[in-house]
Amino acid sequence: MAGVNWTDSTIEAGGAKLHLQRAGKGRPVVVLHHETGTLDRLPFYDALAAHYDVLVPHHPGYSRSERPTWMRSVRDIAVMHRGLLSELKLKNVALLGLGFGGWIAAEMASMAPDDLSHLVLVGAMGIKPPEGDILDLAITGYVDYARAGFHDQKAFDRVYGAEPSIDQLEMWDICREMSFRIAWKPYMYSQTLPHLLGAVRAPALVVWGDDDKVVPQSVAKRYVEALPNARLEIVKAAGHCVDMEQPEALAKLVTNFIGRE
Amino acid sequence: MHLMYFTEQPMSAYPEQAGRDFGATALMLSNKHFDPVEGSRLYNNYIEQYMLAEEVGVDGIMLNEHHNAPFCMQAKANIFAAVLAGMTKKVKIVMLGNPLPLAENPIRLAEELAMIDMISKGRLVSGFVRGGGQEQLATGVNPAFNRERFEEAHELIVKAWTQEGPFRFEGTHYQHRVVNPWAVPLQKPYPRVWIPGVISKETIIWAAQQRYPYIALNTSIEQTKKIWELYDSVAADVGYVGGPENRGYLIQVHVSDNEEKAIENARQFRWMQGEFTGLAHPVWSTPSGYGSPSARRTFVEFASGRASNPRGETSFEQQMADLRIIAGTPKTVVAKLKRILEETRPGILALWGNDGRVSQADSLTCIKLIGQEVFPAIREIAKSLDLKSPFEANAPVGIKYSTDLKPRKAAAAE
Repeated sequence: MAGVNWTDSTIEAGGAKLHLQRAGKGRPVVVLHHETGTLDRLPFYDALAAHYDVLVPHHPGYSRSERPTWMRSVRDIAVMHRGLLSELKLKNVALLGLGFGGWIAAEMASMAPDDLSHLVLVGAMGIKPPEGDILDLAITGYVDYARAGFHDQKAFDRVYGAEPSIDQLEMWDICREMSFRIAWKPYMYSQTLPHLLGAVRAPALVVWGDDDKVVPQSVAKRYVEALPNARLEIVKAAGHCVDMEQPEALAKLVTNFIGRE
Repeated sequence: MHLMYFTEQPMSAYPEQAGRDFGATALMLSNKHFDPVEGSRLYNNYIEQYMLAEEVGVDGIMLNEHHNAPFCMQAKANIFAAVLAGMTKKVKIVMLGNPLPLAENPIRLAEELAMIDMISKGRLVSGFVRGGGQEQLATGVNPAFNRERFEEAHELIVKAWTQEGPFRFEGTHYQHRVVNPWAVPLQKPYPRVWIPGVISKETIIWAAQQRYPYIALNTSIEQTKKIWELYDSVAADVGYVGGPENRGYLIQVHVSDNEEKAIENARQFRWMQGEFTGLAHPVWSTPSGYGSPSARRTFVEFASGRASNPRGETSFEQQMADLRIIAGTPKTVVAKLKRILEETRPGILALWGNDGRVSQADSLTCIKLIGQEVFPAIREIAKSLDLKSPFEANAPVGIKYSTDLKPRKAAAAE
């Protein structure tokens, strides 16, 4: 998949400049990244771009997008991404949220339940775990936290290198600061979100790694209960970052769910 | 010169091995290791120390607070301030300070401090701090808004102290629809505010802008001089000349009647295994958003174990050589302190006398010698160097109460 042509652009939406990477043709699939930000290129993004028009916006305050200092909640990001879709004149997209991005995707789904073709949540934050707790960024070192997202540490090494660069560490710190600004308390979940998902019409696929050490699997069940039309898939030999650890398996689940045209 | 006694109130009865086994002695070291029987004994020891300090003539008792760690037992400085307000007669009760961002309701702090000021008959100095990173985590407060909360809580408290209520306060982090506390400070316009700090330039600049004395905490002579350089330059910008009445300094000093014993006891200043506030993961002491963005890169290198601590790690011997720790008989100690006074010219000096497992008997001896021998000599030196405290200089409480301002830029334009 080395032949995928990504374009990078900056788009003004909702009062902030958002960085957007985009590739492929077909049905628009919007991928929402983790709270650790995103690398520019990932095998999972390439795999999707073989079938779809893939858009990866960088969340405001994360990776290459600037930080709006006024933001106070994850819902603010969801509104901003809704604004981005309007700006791009995209309707009825498929939303694919990874971890923290899953929370944003669920918020976006709740805001406009009709304007969505598919919803995919992978290890999504956003709901208080009925059992267990979401791993606390604030008391975990940068590398330890990022490594906790992987079942197999060799997979982490392949993605970030065994010793992530200082640039990467600095980026994790910037992302972490933004997460604190908008998701400090309650930490990484919304008390109202599960009550607002009942109106979502789109079919939903909830995916979890079988060894997720960041978001307890009990959250997956709550999402499946809260969304009217959802089912659960567990990916074997995967931690929280299924997209980075098992990109092919996840891409296959997603393409089977969304369909190929 | 205003001369104070300070102790961190160490929880010296905690099992050190448990900290070593766990790999940290702050924030996450389980409180199952906190023995309240020992806690009760130690709190009462500290009261005995403070009472003796007043008896032997110190001008002030400096108090602070920390959370979740054996290095400091004061979880709420206002509790000890209230105890001292009732038990002592003469000493200033110097809070250095209340961590403002930790307050969800700063009005409550304004009330507590007003009560302390009235009960003590106007002996309160109300210092404010940002609180260390771990304090934010221990109290669930967002570190990313630490400085904003600090400044806004300060604004609200000073308003509550100086403006007649009821009034409404609609801030970014604090909203109070009815501010009307029925407890206001005895001292007018309000108790003096001193700002202690270690490293961040932003705090030095802010303190100078407010014309609040800045208390350098155990910095080296060179670092201290740089702090005053910055402070004085900001002071000149806003229109006053920085001097001893704007400068405070806290230093670890153990005094004994015996040189060897003094040095042995002074080693206890390093009792938290070489760390100022105990062993901790760097991301606990500097959570994201807490530090300066300009220090981000240096910090992440340190936090991931690829660079040494930007705050520096120095041995006991080096700290003795740098005069950051002083130990000895009164004669030795006075000679060394004299050099610090000559070089850095503070008007406020706090001696952090005892730490760690120094026995109560040795702690009391130290306090007695400080009060009866060290401080009288220091007063004479201060007189000869013209080092006046804010009280002696009759300095304004804050910038708004200054009548002598000549802003540098305006002066240049004339």
